[in-house]
Amino acid sequence: MIGHRAILPLSRDPASRFLPWLIAFMVWLAGLALAGAMQIQTTSDAWVKGVAGRLTMQVVPAADESAEALEARIGRALALLRETPGVARAEAMPKEAAAALLEPWLGKSALVEELPVPRMIDVVLEDGAPMDTRALGARIAAQVPGTSLEDHGLWLANLVTLAGAIQAIAFAIVGLIALAAVATVVFATKTGLAIHHEVVELLHLIGARDGFVAREFQGHAFRLGLKGGVGGFVLVAATVAVVVYLAGRVEAGLLPPIALGLAQWAALAGLAIAVALIAMITARLTVMRALARMP
Amino acid sequence: MAEDQDVVRFQNVGMRYGLGPEVLHDISFRLPKGSFHFLTGPSGAGKSSLLRLMYLAQRPSRGLVTLFGNDIATARRGALPDIRRRIGVVFQDFRLIDTMTAMENVAMPLRIAGASEAQVKEHVPELLRWVGLEDQIDARPPTLSGGQKQRVAIARAVIARPALLLADEPTGNVDAEIALRLMRLLEELNKIGTTVVVATHSEPLVARFKHRRLHLDAGELTALPGGGAQAGMA
Repeated sequence: MIGHRAILPLSRDPASRFLPWLIAFMVWLAGLALAGAMQIQTTSDAWVKGVAGRLTMQVVPAADESAEALEARIGRALALLRETPGVARAEAMPKEAAAALLEPWLGKSALVEELPVPRMIDVVLEDGAPMDTRALGARIAAQVPGTSLEDHGLWLANLVTLAGAIQAIAFAIVGLIALAAVATVVFATKTGLAIHHEVVELLHLIGARDGFVAREFQGHAFRLGLKGGVGGFVLVAATVAVVVYLAGRVEAGLLPPIALGLAQWAALAGLAIAVALIAMITARLTVMRALARMP
Repeated sequence: MAEDQDVVRFQNVGMRYGLGPEVLHDISFRLPKGSFHFLTGPSGAGKSSLLRLMYLAQRPSRGLVTLFGNDIATARRGALPDIRRRIGVVFQDFRLIDTMTAMENVAMPLRIAGASEAQVKEHVPELLRWVGLEDQIDARPPTLSGGQKQRVAIARAVIARPALLLADEPTGNVDAEIALRLMRLLEELNKIGTTVVVATHSEPLVARFKHRRLHLDAGELTALPGGGAQAGMA
């Protein structure tokens, strides 16, 4: 494109006016899908990082069991866990901490103190240590009745699968939008070829190579694509900023933290470049194909 | 003249547009290097179709067409632009680009051929002066008269010093003085080796410039009315 003087007045075509808007809209949609996919990846990673290698043991209070008896059962369970090979750490969650977790639902009433709330033991496994959690849970339950061991891996695997499916859908949406962008550029380029058919034929007849003519269209398509891509990116940035702001106002831990890192912003900005390149390549292939039909 | 020195050679060439009827039948002739021919015939005789074959806007439906020794039917598509650059064409409808100035229109073949801007700035104004358009260098075609457009079209056709110049009614829209001047320009090019074919309806023009002629009638090269000689028959 550099050093090539434009011959065809493509910028005056109707397609040149609507194409950047269409591309901006497509980049906006694709950007939102991509931002969603990246946010889901971040959240999924946080889940995995947060609970991988961890187990939770519940110790359910028996009816009329005294606090001392319950503490004694917790102590036995802790001792059994701590002597198990592969367990790096096992700590009982203080009763106050359990009450704090229930506070959003039950409030600060003193009644909470009286409720037979199960006590939790947080178990951290050594990195890479093989652990038959089912057997461990059964062994401890046999010695300390009223205990059960929860392996987070089970629900986490389902959650990660769900996150993966949502990401796949988001990427499929990005792919479909890319196809729509290609179809739009093909249409716009064919319109340009039809409008400037006589000049294109003239260039062909006086010895212009197909690549020379294609450069006219591909350079133009790149500029329009970049214009639309940058516009779309600005819309994506504004939308993400609004969502981050609104999510930040939601109290309690109902939503995972929503924020995009520098690399993720760079990926979104890359959409603008990608769509410009797609437009350029599509226009070139469309023109080359059309010219190949000329004598 | 040896056949390998023929710039153009047609042998039993037929041509049709799409699935339509044949518009040229069994055309055979050759144009030696440096020759000057008029292409004459009534309207609809096939003059423009014959020129289209020669400037590679059309492929023959049958027969052999060679340009500069290249068989057009078997030439690689990638080789055709180089052949086209050796051909200058003055189109009957000028085919100037309205959004470009006269200077830019004339410069286009040079730019396509990769000439430097210095070459463009040296040769294009000189040629525009020669065709009497020194005051219209920056004018765009819509502001030019028919005759001025025609001169721009001729300047564009000859700017790259083509080896074969094809002109379709090049003097149709200009007054007698300009027509004479343009014909002299074509003759000058012919003298330095350019093979020239001028399609025209103008019998006075043909009579004034004593060059050989190809006469077409109903798509066939025919003997001239009155028994005149037809040159270059293969």
